Amino acid sequence: MPTPLVRIDAVHKHFGNNHVLKGIDLRIQQGDVVAIIGRSGSGKSTLLRSINGLETIDDGLIEVDGERLRAGQTDLRALRQKVGMIFQQFNLFPHLTVGQNVMLAPQVVKKTAPADCEAIARAMLLKVGLAEKFDAFPDQLSGGQQQRVAIARALAMQPKVLLCDEITSALDPELVNEVLAVVKQLAAEGMTLIMVTHEMRFARDVGNKLVFMYQGKVHESGDPKELFANPKTPELQSFIAAVN
Amino acid sequence: MMNEFTLWDIIRNLGTGAAWTIGLSLTAFVLGGIAGLLVLAARISHKPWLRKSMRGYIELFQGTPLLLQLFLIFFGIALLGIDVPPWLAAALGLTLFTSAYLAEIWRGCVEAIPKGQWEASASLAMTWVEQMRYVVLPQALRIAVAPTVGFSVQVVKGTAVTSIIGFAELTKTGSMLSNATFKPFLVYGLVALGYFILCYPLSLYAASLERKFHHANAPGSH
Repeated sequence: MPTPLVRIDAVHKHFGNNHVLKGIDLRIQQGDVVAIIGRSGSGKSTLLRSINGLETIDDGLIEVDGERLRAGQTDLRALRQKVGMIFQQFNLFPHLTVGQNVMLAPQVVKKTAPADCEAIARAMLLKVGLAEKFDAFPDQLSGGQQQRVAIARALAMQPKVLLCDEITSALDPELVNEVLAVVKQLAAEGMTLIMVTHEMRFARDVGNKLVFMYQGKVHESGDPKELFANPKTPELQSFIAAVN
Repeated sequence: MMNEFTLWDIIRNLGTGAAWTIGLSLTAFVLGGIAGLLVLAARISHKPWLRKSMRGYIELFQGTPLLLQLFLIFFGIALLGIDVPPWLAAALGLTLFTSAYLAEIWRGCVEAIPKGQWEASASLAMTWVEQMRYVVLPQALRIAVAPTVGFSVQVVKGTAVTSIIGFAELTKTGSMLSNATFKPFLVYGLVALGYFILCYPLSLYAASLERKFHHANAPGSH
């Protein structure tokens, strides 16, 4: 086994008295497409948000491409440059155009020259199929288009891994596929993806690793097709029965 | 004796007083705005002692009458053996008063920016200062403009209180003219009209800004 791109070791997290992550261990290799599934409250979103430090962990260690994150750590700039994130609510910057949304972080954080930033932004928007929306404002776009801009914005920082937090859950059904198509294309290009998702078919067809979380622990994990076909634990069996 | 002052004399003198009112309002508003930004930054910083002390500062100025604040500055500093001219005490008092209120108004605007904006910018590896500078403040500014202009009306009216410590702005000029002419209703009527002429356009402007920014938040309006 090569060194994992993302290493999660014995991670614990509490919200007050609520022990939401109870010792999570995960290894994610370069190019893995990981789907994290589970009931709401199982800790899947908290785990995802811990990977780039949006949630602080109480114990354990997270390492992404050599950047370590420990309990209580506050300097996250190096780590966050390697980890992109896409949110359920898109979270585009409404006062900036689509192009400016994508260019902002390369310009401000990486101090990339303006001309290069624009070239990167145009390339990323082309990749998500929105090259012609460069000068539009976010509120002129459909939800699916906004989410694709959010993907382009994250890609512009050239992250090693992309975290997707229920990125199709806020979309109208007819807009889900255009976003999933972009994610599928990224997976095919070898991007490492970790996604919390309710799209079970997508998790099975595109993912190469499935993580089922239950009560703050990784209850079962492995090859998605294998797990969906033969869930070993009764909890995963009942979860799959409930979502199908 | 009573006819020593013509109506024109009264208006001319009130005009001079009004000029001081405008000057004091502008001074308090500009300096109070700058101080208010610093108070705001401290009020929303990550350092608990800074946040708490600025909360105390804001509550002190919001929880006591402006008149008492002026008295304390005017007479308090005099106790230290420093002679404070009325204009300085007035400018200082109103500046502090304005800074506390503006900081609180602006804090509300910053906190109105959705959490997702902070999370998205944090995920892009921006520092707190970069998040404020490029993402949060530009959006907060848009919603802050209307209430800020609205508050400027309070500042203009607040300057009237400085007449008590002897600063010869519009109200003080009015009371001197009233004593000299024995025409309090006429003089104070004109004084009130003067404040109205200063404040009403500001109120109208604030209302139009509110409409404009409200509309700007509607989809497809860019």
